[in-house]
Amino acid sequence: MSNATLPAPISSGAMRRRALADFWFYFSENRGAVIGLWVFAALVLVAIFAPVLAPHDPAQQFRDALLTPPAWEAGGRSEFLLGTDAIGRDILSRLIYGSQFSLFVGLVVVSIALVAGIALGLIAGFFGGWVDTVIMRVMDVILSFPSLVLALVLVAILGPGLTNAMIAIAVILQPHFARLTRAAVLAEKNREYVIAARLAGASRLRLMFKTILPNCLAPLIVQATLSFSNAILDAAALGFLGMGAQPPTPEWGTMLAEAREFILRAWWVVTFPGLAILITVLAINLIGDGLRDALDPKLKRS
Amino acid sequence: MKLYKKMLAATALAVLMAGSASAKTLVYCSPASPEGFDPAAYTGGDTFDASSRTAYNRLVEFKHGETTIEPGLAETWEVSEDGLEYTFHLRKGVKFQTTDFFTPTREFNADDVIFSFERQSKKDDPWHAYTSGVSYEYFDSMEFPTLIKEIKRVDDHTVTFVLSRPEAPFLADLAMDFASILSKEYADKLQADGKMDNLNQAPVGTGPFTFVAYQKDAVIRYKANPDYWNGKQPIDDLVFAITTDPAVRAQKLKAGECHIMSYPAPADIEGLKADSNLKVDEQAGLNVAYFAYNTLKAPYDKPEVRKALNMAINKQAIIDAVFQGSGQVAKNPIPPTMWGYNDAIKDDPYDPEAAKKMLEEAGVKDLKMKLWAMPVSRPYMPNARRTAELMQSDFAKVGVQAEIVSMEWGEYLKKSSDKDRDGSVILGWTGDNGDPDNFLGVLLGCAGVGNNNRAQWCYQPFEDLIQKAKVASNQEERAKLYEEAQVIFKEQAPWATLAHSTVFMPMSSKVSGYKMDPVGIHRFDGVDIAE
Amino acid sequence: MLRFIFGKLAYLVPTFIGITIVAFGFVRVLPGDPVLLMAGERGIAPERHAQLMAQFGFDRPLWQQYLDYLWRLAHGDFGTSLITKKAVLTEFLTLFPATVELGLCAIILATLIGIPAGVLAAVKRGSWFDQISMGTALVGYSMPIFWWGLLLIILFSGILQWTPVSGRISLLYFFPPVTGFMLIDSLLSGQKGAFASAVSHLALPTIVLATIPLAVIARQTRSAMLEVLGEDYVRTARAKGLPVRRVVGLHALRNAMIPVITTIGLQIGVLIAGAILTETIFSWPGIGKWMIDSIFRRDYPAVQGGLLLIAILVMVVNLIVDLLYGLINPRIRHN
Repeated sequence: MSNATLPAPISSGAMRRRALADFWFYFSENRGAVIGLWVFAALVLVAIFAPVLAPHDPAQQFRDALLTPPAWEAGGRSEFLLGTDAIGRDILSRLIYGSQFSLFVGLVVVSIALVAGIALGLIAGFFGGWVDTVIMRVMDVILSFPSLVLALVLVAILGPGLTNAMIAIAVILQPHFARLTRAAVLAEKNREYVIAARLAGASRLRLMFKTILPNCLAPLIVQATLSFSNAILDAAALGFLGMGAQPPTPEWGTMLAEAREFILRAWWVVTFPGLAILITVLAINLIGDGLRDALDPKLKRS
Repeated sequence: MKLYKKMLAATALAVLMAGSASAKTLVYCSPASPEGFDPAAYTGGDTFDASSRTAYNRLVEFKHGETTIEPGLAETWEVSEDGLEYTFHLRKGVKFQTTDFFTPTREFNADDVIFSFERQSKKDDPWHAYTSGVSYEYFDSMEFPTLIKEIKRVDDHTVTFVLSRPEAPFLADLAMDFASILSKEYADKLQADGKMDNLNQAPVGTGPFTFVAYQKDAVIRYKANPDYWNGKQPIDDLVFAITTDPAVRAQKLKAGECHIMSYPAPADIEGLKADSNLKVDEQAGLNVAYFAYNTLKAPYDKPEVRKALNMAINKQAIIDAVFQGSGQVAKNPIPPTMWGYNDAIKDDPYDPEAAKKMLEEAGVKDLKMKLWAMPVSRPYMPNARRTAELMQSDFAKVGVQAEIVSMEWGEYLKKSSDKDRDGSVILGWTGDNGDPDNFLGVLLGCAGVGNNNRAQWCYQPFEDLIQKAKVASNQEERAKLYEEAQVIFKEQAPWATLAHSTVFMPMSSKVSGYKMDPVGIHRFDGVDIAE
Repeated sequence: MLRFIFGKLAYLVPTFIGITIVAFGFVRVLPGDPVLLMAGERGIAPERHAQLMAQFGFDRPLWQQYLDYLWRLAHGDFGTSLITKKAVLTEFLTLFPATVELGLCAIILATLIGIPAGVLAAVKRGSWFDQISMGTALVGYSMPIFWWGLLLIILFSGILQWTPVSGRISLLYFFPPVTGFMLIDSLLSGQKGAFASAVSHLALPTIVLATIPLAVIARQTRSAMLEVLGEDYVRTARAKGLPVRRVVGLHALRNAMIPVITTIGLQIGVLIAGAILTETIFSWPGIGKWMIDSIFRRDYPAVQGGLLLIAILVMVVNLIVDLLYGLINPRIRHN
């Protein structure tokens, strides 16, 4: 890998602006990523405006309309576009409200994992020695369990519920951030600009946050996007196994778990929540791919 | 070498199977793996179905489909005047099963009976702790260790149980699963071979079916015992296909992969009934699902508040949405099939308006309630969370804010017993023996407070009645007392009685001779299948 | 090479100790009381409860229980299930072949489709094949597989009735397990139709479990190929007029395989997590379903032993991948 382009001596503000423009250029070239971004934006809007968009209260039970099929099927009713579940709740409304939970789960999990992972990675990389050893070994231990297995046992300990599921997933996702950050710190630590900053009397904390961190943001952003979709999938899986969000929460995985007994009788209660999960995760992964292509200089050149 | 041997065995078996191509095989889709094959060491119904009801017999047996006693391995018996000595005359010529792993050299005799009980009672018996963590829950909870003073071997075919106190239900107790008779000869052989663990893995008994093989979490195979003392069974092979998911069990039954199944999901029953290749037997379950308030805590200490809340619950909606019609609204704490059931009692009407008014009159405003929902599905309550969701919305209509609480099952059972419990719990009960005291006494008596009495309800007039009923000698008199007790129960409303479920047994229409059992056991002796 | 292996092993020792602490610690702080769970609605007398807790050894100080645990581990004793009263290791090994069979079939399927698809997509970069296959791969990668499994059941078992609903083989066939792998055992049994039955039972679970690894392998192969195809020597070879197929086959593919093999090795964790969901959906009697059941039944020793054995498994597979990697790529060894 040869560094063909030497950075021109320009102000940091202009450089940042140019980098951003560069990034957007490459990102918007990727059609999938742009579609993903649109879908994701739409989902965010749906989540925010759920009370306006949802035709019914997600918890309201229409006792005269148990397991009504979608509107276009025989026996369907126009006021329940995607049908109703076993106790007569409108599936569309539940899906709309469910988007709040999925996005919330992704956001919270990634935030926790990101903050914890970066902090641990910075500490490990910067201080080295036994601190590094201990932290990284703990990360190794966490990573040597398959993620879902560890999350399951963690939730079993903490008690089933959405909050605990989020904590468990954050715990299993953060080692990736810690490893990335540590590797970046180790790589950057002895670069000239860091040494220069150090000689100029910058404090360690300042060095860590102001100087080194911005230089390893790219892989962290890509990892964060990946973790976002993983968090949604894992939370849904936990919900499906009865260890995630608890009914009557309209979380998509939990809705699927409740619907399982109707698999041969009412296809709509099974199909739509899964489809919602797939679309959301797919959109985020599309964005992630776009980000990686735009931020990874290696692939950019080829 | 070992592999080669195994392969040889496989080929031999294959030949054997091919030879019996016309064998009649009955496949039962069972809901769970057996915990083991030693019925005395467990309390779960699936374990009993797979061990005591196939491979084993007892001294006396429940009549098929009933709770009355008939002779089993004991042909006759007599009880001494003082009720302290039970002498059993054992059936002669009974053979233990011959299997790949054991060939009996002698017939069943008194030694087997003594072994089967003493291994559970005598702490110094080498079989008392033959495998790690083994314990004898039923034997202990029936108080047999103190009840049985001695078991005397009179001769080869006569044994006498000497009791320390008279105990009317003793005979019925001996028909229960934990009292199954094992082969002492087999046990001795296992002990000599140093393979005592196998007693819990490869059963040998005198029962109608001989154990062949168990593939963990997948299949249990039996063949009809050719030497069964009561005649060989009409079917040749019996297979338990372990299938935990009820929807999958139903699907397998429809596809002909099994011939009979237990515990269908309420949602599937309609479809199963509509299938012309199937028939669905049903029976009122000996059970009740209830919603217990903590009567020690305000405002639930006031009967009028409890009554008002009861009136806010739309029970029919629960029957429709949760039981999918496979149950009936409960008005009394005991099931209608039980003697002593008071059918004259009128249920509280579903009337949110009146309920709201009653709450206001009682001075209850902005009530916030924790609503406990069990995390597991039971025959009396297929989906407690769904029930809780329905009740939550019912309560909201009368201005009561309910928060659904759930926790791990063991924790749930423990914390719901607590006298200081915050909230009202959904729970239920399945009867053991068909006696009203098994419901009213156990679940609502003063002794049960802090334990099985989830309402923590100790009300003297009620307590007096059930205590009187317990010692009364004739059933008519007892029934009257229990009927009165139910009137008091209804007035005081410590529970909302939710439902009695119906138990269904879907099977292929080729199956004949299956009898449903009131206490939820699945027996396949006497069952036949058309080719 | 030996030094490399020993270095790797030495590195694993503290991780292993960490794993034992986690397996032991986690399970010991699980709420819920296994004795109460065994008693069910009927309850249990406090004295009897205390007696049973003592019998299971739950009443002693934690550190004592831990040392005890290590001591027993060192003797190959992974504990005894509270439910079946059998050794956890025996239980695990009984069910393990079912999971291995499923996992192997899934990874083979994923590799057989994923690598050619990735190579072709890379070679024909930007073509409709590239776009469609990579689009499909991304959908596969985003798939909630528990839902995917349900959909396949609805379609193939419910509507079309092509495949059986659950289990490993039709109950008509009965032969004692020789290898534990149903595909092999059914062939060895010599029973007509047994193999076909085993295959039809295996088909849907394999597809479901293979979905994510397949997507990952295809994507990884493509990007590794692209990278290699962009390197100087490949360009040179191409410039020299060597036919594309030879360039791809000889030079590029071999070098591109290095990261792909690592990717395949790393799928083991994904496979086990997937096995939990897949086995639950298809009632497949393997270790994934067993873990779930054990967690719900509060079978402490089984959860503990299972957690540890799974972690060891992952560790061993990763070690093998590392070694393979070192073997193919000598540069790594000296790093």
